[in-house]
Amino acid sequence: MAERPHSPWRDAWRRLRKNRIAVAMGVIFLSILAFCWLGPIVAGWFGLDATTIDIALGATPPSLDHPFGTDLLGRDMLVRVMIGGRIAILVAFVATSVALVIGVTWGAIAAYAGGNVDYVMMRIVDALYGFPTVVFVIVVMSVFELRSLVALFALIGSISWLNMARQTRGQVMSLRHREFVEAARATGVAPARVLFRHIVPNAMGVIIVAATAGLPSVMLTEAFLSFLGLGVQAPLASWGTLLTEGSSQISVYSWVLIGPGVVMGLTIMALNFLGDGLRDALDPQTRKD
Amino acid sequence: MLRLILGRLIGGVFVLFVVATVSFFLLHAAKGGPFDSDRAVPEAVQRNIEERYHLNDPLWKQYVTHMERVATLDFGHSMKRQKSVKEMIAEHGPKSLRLGLMAMVFAAIFGTALGVTAAARRNTWVDYTLMVIALLGISIPSLVLGPMFIRWFSLGLGWFPPARAEDFSGYVLPALVLGMIYAGTVARLARAGVLDTLSQDYVRTARAKGLTERVVVWKHALRLGIIPVITYLGPATAALISGSFVVEKIFQIPGLGFYFVGSVSDRDYPVLTGLLVFYVAFLVLLNLVVDILYGVIDPRTRGAR
Repeated sequence: MAERPHSPWRDAWRRLRKNRIAVAMGVIFLSILAFCWLGPIVAGWFGLDATTIDIALGATPPSLDHPFGTDLLGRDMLVRVMIGGRIAILVAFVATSVALVIGVTWGAIAAYAGGNVDYVMMRIVDALYGFPTVVFVIVVMSVFELRSLVALFALIGSISWLNMARQTRGQVMSLRHREFVEAARATGVAPARVLFRHIVPNAMGVIIVAATAGLPSVMLTEAFLSFLGLGVQAPLASWGTLLTEGSSQISVYSWVLIGPGVVMGLTIMALNFLGDGLRDALDPQTRKD
Repeated sequence: MLRLILGRLIGGVFVLFVVATVSFFLLHAAKGGPFDSDRAVPEAVQRNIEERYHLNDPLWKQYVTHMERVATLDFGHSMKRQKSVKEMIAEHGPKSLRLGLMAMVFAAIFGTALGVTAAARRNTWVDYTLMVIALLGISIPSLVLGPMFIRWFSLGLGWFPPARAEDFSGYVLPALVLGMIYAGTVARLARAGVLDTLSQDYVRTARAKGLTERVVVWKHALRLGIIPVITYLGPATAALISGSFVVEKIFQIPGLGFYFVGSVSDRDYPVLTGLLVFYVAFLVLLNLVVDILYGVIDPRTRGAR
């Protein structure tokens, strides 16, 4: 798609590159990815890892040896934050992908079917919108004692698709009577194929924007579930787990919270700004200023 | 208008029905129950418990009893505490409500002020600074902000009690923490909304009449520009209620969220279903209020839909 001079993707890429804030935030986000995936390897060269326990050392404030300090058990916080980030980011991306599949399918079918089907499907979305969906996740996870990562992906994903469905529906609505769709239909392409091979790819811009905008809230949901003891379970640790540990020790050892808190806040901020930038680049009609 | 209200109410009752049904079967399918314990229980005691809570009735009968209770808003007794669900809602509900309302008022006022000021000074350093503040508010998890506030303002400066809020001052920090993320979003919505309306004809008319910029922005543009904010406040309150679990736990406020989470881990089914249905009913009403407000503020939507 990059060969054609006027591909919309290329235009979008150019618009995105011109947006300095979005580029800066993109760089920050990539750095955080590198921090989490490459960081532990580099830290290993300096003899740091996330699991070595040193009770004698205990909780120490940030120092040259341990830039983020150590926790109560003397584990290095820097590497713990890196490793925790892997899980947090993984959960965010997989759960968002789940939400993407559900939301896009739901929205596309509603728009394409139209009429009563559309009406009922979108009223369901409306009803769920004003609903404390996280509550249901709490109930399901604790009642069925689900503690695996896969359950976390699926459940968070299954409550995060509403916005995606709305956005996709709007976009499909505006595309479904365009000439290329009529042409596909006239040549006898099956409806499902028309929808998912011809229409949905053209709605991808809006979908990507909705997915990026959804990542931060998915991340917060994970942290929130971990705080309630329902999220990622030991020995795995996510940012949510670290924040939970940190928040209980805040009156004594503030760095145990500040390290993961700052990195997670930075990630969410970068994703928020990036979402804004992507919207401006991919979806010029909705530009706000 | 009447049709809208009626339609929403019917929809709301349907949602409640689904929630009550789903939660019943969900809990029925669950492993373990509230009376599981490591100690062996004498058979007679076990039988009495089962009798009292109708655990031996056929499933359909339990379901009918359950739905009758939901319909009469009588959720029975807590299985763990010496209280009925109604008493718990009456005692702890106001605490959550107070926290939520304070957070919402803070978010609405602070967020709107931030957003409209930014819109009035668009693309200046004032605008950028305010929007960075709004984004920080959105980006810092309450799990971080809450404990930090406790450390700085309660333990450090001693301005507010750190936990177990009793009076107004005890609710200030939790409400700020709870409202911050919404204040940020409100600010962004208000800014975008006002910027949108500033280019409309009626705003130009207001300017042409010679009104000051302040009146134009804060009175004329705000009135229409605030609509996205009001639309947002409905679902935001939904999120706010589920978000308040964390804040209530951090600040040890004995609100409904606190007990809801407790009832989940205790398997206290009457409390769990009761609070769930209560939450949903509350939200359905809240969204209805938002829809009505919508009509009051923007006359163009009256009669539409």
